[in-house]
Amino acid sequence: MELTEEKINELEKKANDIRILLIEALIEAGSGHTAGPLDMADIFTVLFFHTLKHNQKKPDWPERDRLVLSNGHICPVLYSTMAHAGYFPVKELQTLRKFGSRLQGHPHRDFLPMLETSSGPLGSGLSQAVGMALADKIDHGLTSARRIYALLSDGEQECGQTWEAAMLAGKEKLHNLTALIDRNNIQIDGYTEDVMPLESLSDKWRAWNWHVIEIDGHNIEEIIDAFDMAKTIFGKPTVIIAYTIAGKGVPEFERDYRWHGKPPNKEEGEMAIKELRTLGGKIKSEHE
Amino acid sequence: MLNPELKLNTKMFDDKIEQVPIRQGFGEGLLEAGEKNLQVVGLCADLTESTKMNLFADKFPNRFIQIGVAEQNLASVASGLAAMGKIPFISSYAMFSPGRNWEQIRTTICYNNRPVKIAGSHAGISVGPDGGTHQAIEDIAITRVLPRMIVLSPCDSIEAKKTTLASVDTGTPVYIRLAREKTPVMTTVDTPFEIGKAQIVWVCEKPEVGIIATGALLYKALLVAKELEGKVEVMNLSTIKPLDEKAIVTLAKKTGRIITVEEHQKMGGMGSAVAECLAKNFPVPMEFIGVDDQFGQSGTPDELIEHYGLGTKGITEAVKRVLKRE
Repeated sequence: MELTEEKINELEKKANDIRILLIEALIEAGSGHTAGPLDMADIFTVLFFHTLKHNQKKPDWPERDRLVLSNGHICPVLYSTMAHAGYFPVKELQTLRKFGSRLQGHPHRDFLPMLETSSGPLGSGLSQAVGMALADKIDHGLTSARRIYALLSDGEQECGQTWEAAMLAGKEKLHNLTALIDRNNIQIDGYTEDVMPLESLSDKWRAWNWHVIEIDGHNIEEIIDAFDMAKTIFGKPTVIIAYTIAGKGVPEFERDYRWHGKPPNKEEGEMAIKELRTLGGKIKSEHE
Repeated sequence: MLNPELKLNTKMFDDKIEQVPIRQGFGEGLLEAGEKNLQVVGLCADLTESTKMNLFADKFPNRFIQIGVAEQNLASVASGLAAMGKIPFISSYAMFSPGRNWEQIRTTICYNNRPVKIAGSHAGISVGPDGGTHQAIEDIAITRVLPRMIVLSPCDSIEAKKTTLASVDTGTPVYIRLAREKTPVMTTVDTPFEIGKAQIVWVCEKPEVGIIATGALLYKALLVAKELEGKVEVMNLSTIKPLDEKAIVTLAKKTGRIITVEEHQKMGGMGSAVAECLAKNFPVPMEFIGVDDQFGQSGTPDELIEHYGLGTKGITEAVKRVLKRE
């Protein structure tokens, strides 16, 4: 698909819609994570509406690309994007975190089988994606074309298992694997560089034989280009370090680590939705 | 006497009984599983020869993945392979897998419902001179508590081969407990095996005590039964989960007293599973042979078995104790 300005605008609008959906879901849920879902909305939009080979009408289509969400706590953005893409009704988002809901507080395949993995405990998603990429390598060798995507947080770069998986992927030269790190600089207890300094992340990944791409995680064109670029890299897995603004889209939430693990209350949420609908006051909301 | 229906090794009480490490049976079973099913893959954390996965790795290098000393990764990479339709077997020492990587097994294998088969070698204190760090005596407790997990603890190399082959098609996570040391071969290729079925290996007409043993210590239980001819019946409980409750209750009803024998902590192990079953269905006096809330240490396997009271002396004393109880 040609990347026209119109297409980029359309994706930007979808990302904004997804932010609104996830804020609405969080207000109703009364618990959950806000900052990460908001700042990953652009990347999820690109994945589900441009990059991924998938079929919402046939979620178990065997030839689909695989998307592993390692930091399961940002699932409001996963659920909202999937609903927006037609996997299930948008109104189901209002059941987030409630008893009997398919939309568990952290993703669980028992409840929503169309998920590739259940997740929540940090640090194990990349290993599972490596396993998936290895399966294709065993079956198809260097010609395996299907891509495996792993979405990671920056906080889970503190988990030893992340590096165990990185080492193996480098050793096995998994060209069919793309990881993306949400470099939003926050985690529950504070700013990552205070909790546990991670820099230089790019040097660390290069050292394990990964191809490293660094992008603005809110620039649709850069996100698309990075995922495309990764497909051209041979003999190495690719990691995209996406620099993002925690809580992106709602200035009152942005860059504040305290929004990592709490939802907006009704008032804060309505303010956030207004900000999003008016693009920070730049346009008039059609709801007014 | 030995249960003739089970076609057990009739030479098992000879001085020169054949002894083979239980883990050898796993290695042979995995090799055969790999020949029969192209989806079977093997992953190991730097203990390929120790766990006998080398038999598979040498024959199927394209389906073997050397993970390095990274047991957490071992479990979760296997989960990812299973998500794509593979049937992964992972092997390490039981202390490290399922010991070190328990949460990864819980979340990425069991919670995720992926049919990964976990072979934990060097389980029990009979590991010997390596000492307490390498003697897994908690592994039954931490695996049987996981939903969806099948827990198998074969008594010898032949049964280990059968458990390995049977675990391929369960569609569930499976833990296979293996021991390092050479173990008397009690079963034969003709001995029936089915996951979830306990077997009475030593029968007598009017038994006063039922001994339920798992793993290599079954042999010690059989030696005691032979010595106390006419007093005890012995069950081989090689599937610890799902538990063959019917067979256990039947034995309790027949004997009125139960002793459990395992190379594991008393707390949380096979004995606990049997006690849970009997407390619910048919309470009888019980004695537990196992390690009593301690860590292991260096020594020869025989020295350690005797020191921790898991040998024939310990079992015989337990029989005497339980006979005094009503």
